[in-house]
Amino acid sequence: MKKTISRSDVVDALSLSELCQFCQADEAWVIELVEHGVLDPQGHTVETWRFVGVGISRAKKARRLNRDLGVNIAGIALVLDLLEERESIMPRLAKHEVM
Amino acid sequence: MEYKDYYSVLGVARSASAEEIKKAFRKAARKYHPDINQEKDAEVRFKDVNEAYEVLKDPERRAAYDRLGNASPDGAQGQGRYQPPPDWDQRHSFSGAGPDGNEHFSDFFETLFRRGAGGEGSRRHAPPTDSHGRIEITIEESYNGAERTLSLREPVMDPNGTISMKDRNILVHVPKGVVQGQSIRLSGQGGSGGDLFLEITFAAHPVFHLAGKDLYVDLPITPWEAALGGKVVMPTPSGRVDLNIPSNARTGQKLRLNGKGLPGKPAGNIYATLKIVNPKVETDDQRALFKRMVKEMPFDPRAHLGGDQK
Repeated sequence: MKKTISRSDVVDALSLSELCQFCQADEAWVIELVEHGVLDPQGHTVETWRFVGVGISRAKKARRLNRDLGVNIAGIALVLDLLEERESIMPRLAKHEVM
Repeated sequence: MEYKDYYSVLGVARSASAEEIKKAFRKAARKYHPDINQEKDAEVRFKDVNEAYEVLKDPERRAAYDRLGNASPDGAQGQGRYQPPPDWDQRHSFSGAGPDGNEHFSDFFETLFRRGAGGEGSRRHAPPTDSHGRIEITIEESYNGAERTLSLREPVMDPNGTISMKDRNILVHVPKGVVQGQSIRLSGQGGSGGDLFLEITFAAHPVFHLAGKDLYVDLPITPWEAALGGKVVMPTPSGRVDLNIPSNARTGQKLRLNGKGLPGKPAGNIYATLKIVNPKVETDDQRALFKRMVKEMPFDPRAHLGGDQK
């Protein structure tokens, strides 16, 4: 089996077009995500937008929900908020189950 | 290879209508979507469901699959030794499968339904495409950085047009301080020289719970450590640290260790939640000690509950 060594870097601080390529999404769709508050890029104009940190993974998640389940943007915003709420509740629940 | 019962994957009868199949697929896709379902096998189930639907939604593929199903000997099922019938028609060259376009399904699917389409051979002249996957790492690997070997199964087409699954190993460098949901890019490791993106997920840790760069841990302390305060030794993924317990500490009190979480600029913190644990009292001397406390420490933890405590 062939073994290749590869350079790896963390994906961070993406421009709008870089994020679109990364998520395989079009710009209008990402702009709508920003308008719904799903994404909160740094920078004041679309041209200077920089997507950082969890914003990138949220965008990717949003794209998967849209592509795999056909969820629209308002639905995505709701699902992501509920998922985050669940994330924060789960460890607290687990704590009580152990006791 | 293993025979796949696509009807049972979707939980529908072989006679199910196209409408019933679509409904069953949508329901299963919602249930097993890896972003929503946190069960360990959700990703595999989700892929199975998509693969099943990819075949059953297409009348031509479904018909081909049904003919195959009838011809399949019972004994071969589930034993991982399924062979397509010799009369399997190679003209069934289906393409463009999978929600990702470049997703690989089971050997069963790749051999029967992607013969002559897709695959490495026909992609040789294709434009570079990015590939996406996930990699599960441990908290310790994010603290220290790590080298991991990732095995990718890819369909490869030989000059005769036969598809076989080939393993490709890639050495992945996991950079220090990566967090849940972050992606790492491996240049040139995707399809036709595109990039391969790996999304980081963390394996559940028996002691620490992660939130971003911060770690949470329950720290058990004795009643006297809680009462008197002082230093206790706490293990962290980057080694043992001394933690100062304030006197009269309470269960549920949170202590912060600045910069001891996942590394980075800035590094995360560790939050230790104190949990006072009582010793098991077994000897007369030990009992005497507690009896002395009864006498010398007037304390009613139930005072705030109200009612007559006398």
